[in-house]
Amino acid sequence: MGLSAVTVLGVDRPGVIAAVTGSLADCGANIQDSTMTLLGGHVAMMLLVSGEVDAAELTKRLCAPDLVVTASAIEARRHFCDDGGGLGYVLTVHGPDRPGIISAISAVLAADGGNITGMSTRLTGRLYVLIADVELPKEVDVAALMRRLAAVGAGLDSEITFRPVEPDLL
Amino acid sequence: MTRPADGRPRAVIDAPHPLLSTSADPVDPTAPDVVAAAADLLATLRHEPSTTGLAAPQIGLSWRLIAFDAGRHPRSRSRTGELVVANPRLATAARWDHLREGCVSVPGLTADVRRATRITVHGHLPGTGEPVTIEADAVEARCIQHQLDHLDGLLFLDRVVGALSLHRSHHSCDG
Repeated sequence: MGLSAVTVLGVDRPGVIAAVTGSLADCGANIQDSTMTLLGGHVAMMLLVSGEVDAAELTKRLCAPDLVVTASAIEARRHFCDDGGGLGYVLTVHGPDRPGIISAISAVLAADGGNITGMSTRLTGRLYVLIADVELPKEVDVAALMRRLAAVGAGLDSEITFRPVEPDLL
Repeated sequence: MTRPADGRPRAVIDAPHPLLSTSADPVDPTAPDVVAAAADLLATLRHEPSTTGLAAPQIGLSWRLIAFDAGRHPRSRSRTGELVVANPRLATAARWDHLREGCVSVPGLTADVRRATRITVHGHLPGTGEPVTIEADAVEARCIQHQLDHLDGLLFLDRVVGALSLHRSHHSCDG
């Protein structure tokens, strides 16, 4: 059973999700992981779907006048931290908007092998906010990483917090 | 409070602003300028119907003063009433929970934040300097912790539980 990565972009309106997921169901594609958000009034949806339908057929079936759809066949990949048990952190950055915030912060994380597994950014007024889920290899010196993040944040006039994920195991 | 009626509403500052990222200074709750600031903070809170609390840094004062009135929130349980507290200090915190909250200094955004739902806070009343202890739960507990964070230069954004927990909003309700 093949896997396809599907992206859907379009102007937000009621029924977009229903139309996309309905088309996927009609062609026998099973939605595995998915995420959807609104970006400046546009719907942005990414889905990992499985099924016997190929990417070209998916693109054709999902095509709509107000949507930009892409579909690509992909291979299932093991999560990079599955074998070693990475450490989960939440990164918050907020400060005045300016170009280069994400690249500067992500470069610090990448230098230590940190993997951003989820990210949201929002601009409201002059305030730019970045929240990221980060996984670190176990051997990372977290205190040193936090000092480097703080230094980069200071250069961006931004506040940075970096704290462990606090799962509620019930 | 000796002169709550004398306060005047002040403008609430928005992030990004250095005062919202700075730890506020302790105050003498009996000092006349602190009493006046407390009255202004309360007047500003009364002037902001969308919020249940404010901290002095939000009106441009880096002082450890908070004002709250959880009774204006429909889901509040404990309701201490309208109160201004100087040098508030969190003494106990228990029963943690996630809830979506916002801030009048961060218009347009809300986020899921983990906070204690039962707290005890000690402080002093502006004017007399009389010690006060507040036992709060639910919305009031969350509101007070939100204000305490302001005194430490923290925004609710600094406590967001994950990348997918940040949301756009058309209103704020937790000050």
